[in-house]
Amino acid sequence: MSKSVRATFHERWPTIQFRVNGEAKVINVPPMKRLLDVLREDLQLTGTKEGCGEGECGSCSVRMNGELVNSCLVPVLQAEGAEIQTVEGLALKGELHPLQRSFLEHGGAQCGICTPGMLMASAQLLEQNPHPDEIQIREALAGNLCRCTGFMRIFESVAAASAPERTGATAESTTEPSNHAG
Amino acid sequence: MRGNAAMHDLIAPSELGAVLQLLAAEPGAWTPIAGGTELMVAFSAGHLAAPKLVSLWGIPDLRSIGVTPASISIGAAATFLDLRRNATIASEFPLLAKAASWIGSVANQGRATLGGNLVNGSPAADSSPALLAYDADIEIISVRGRRRVPYSAFHTGYKRNVLLPDELLYAIHLPRRFARHASYLRKVGTRRAMAIAKVALGATALLENGVVREIRLGAASLAPFPTRLWQTEAALLGQTVTRETMQSAHPALLAEIKPINDIRSTAEYRRQVAANLLDEFLLSLNPEESQS
Repeated sequence: MSKSVRATFHERWPTIQFRVNGEAKVINVPPMKRLLDVLREDLQLTGTKEGCGEGECGSCSVRMNGELVNSCLVPVLQAEGAEIQTVEGLALKGELHPLQRSFLEHGGAQCGICTPGMLMASAQLLEQNPHPDEIQIREALAGNLCRCTGFMRIFESVAAASAPERTGATAESTTEPSNHAG
Repeated sequence: MRGNAAMHDLIAPSELGAVLQLLAAEPGAWTPIAGGTELMVAFSAGHLAAPKLVSLWGIPDLRSIGVTPASISIGAAATFLDLRRNATIASEFPLLAKAASWIGSVANQGRATLGGNLVNGSPAADSSPALLAYDADIEIISVRGRRRVPYSAFHTGYKRNVLLPDELLYAIHLPRRFARHASYLRKVGTRRAMAIAKVALGATALLENGVVREIRLGAASLAPFPTRLWQTEAALLGQTVTRETMQSAHPALLAEIKPINDIRSTAEYRRQVAANLLDEFLLSLNPEESQS
């Protein structure tokens, strides 16, 4: 139990605990409040964006217990006890995640609204499949809409982020989650 | 008008028994919510009427997938990602695995549940044609006990089904007897990802010496709810698959489907495409006919 981020306690609302980017959080909010709104309003983690609010655009993608979710469609009570990772949790100790570097280098980010969701969906893909082909990249990002780039530079960014490992030792069978070393 | 979280109550019992007690104590008062891919959309838009919701997420009984020699039982709250990762479904029920891969995006598939797809009752439900083609049974549970109904009898009207107010959809059962059947599933939508079906057809058939001994056709977006095409099946049973029998099945098909004009397509387009999909399946049963 680290910090409670609410000043006033509402008795009719549950106390919900979960971890965000490795930090324990305790909140007291309406149980139907969207995880997206809890992240942005109660925890001030505004990296996660709202696009459509109906699960079509992927802007609000975060990872919950190792699965990609649209945080606009998760009532926060269902995150009780969960491990959440947001875009703020990708960079480690000030060092960009390889995907973040790759998006910068390959023009994968323009206006930036879709970028956090693209990064989270891409991170999910690379954790499960470190060397995706283009079709697999397209399928993994099919739920993330971008209105700037035309998608090609995003696909190139993901492919490039997965490439360095390809030239390294044969790690084809590894199932370990990609760490943040970079 | 955005949804206001403070206007809704949500509780999350850790056990199925507690959910059933709640539904029995106040029938109709509590709305079950699983992965939220339908109800949270309504909530965000300010259209969610339900004041009290009970979460099914994280109840282990509801999410398990069990395999016996005779059948596979899929917990109603198993997600489409769970389905895609199941080896038995991948090898013996490829139509269901394919349908699961069509549901929204990866993020949707990790939250959307098979039971939710059925209870929501969209006429365009992605999993329905496959379940109809595989002759699925639905298991329903309440404090009064359990009962089973064929999935083909589950929907009773547009967004209506046989569930009583104290009942919950518990599991979907598929008999493991389709390994030798020919099968087919095609969805026609606006684009490949995230699209709602304009028309979808799922089918299984068993032929002996070229004669149709078994055939099951499941359709989406061709009626107020996903439906078996009983008359079309009857027109093909016992027949050899030729151009003539294919043609003769069309009147039965067109007589029993009830497509509509809506934002996604027209009734005329749906009729034409439904016939084309049926032909495509039937031709796959007798490839020689496609060359004649």
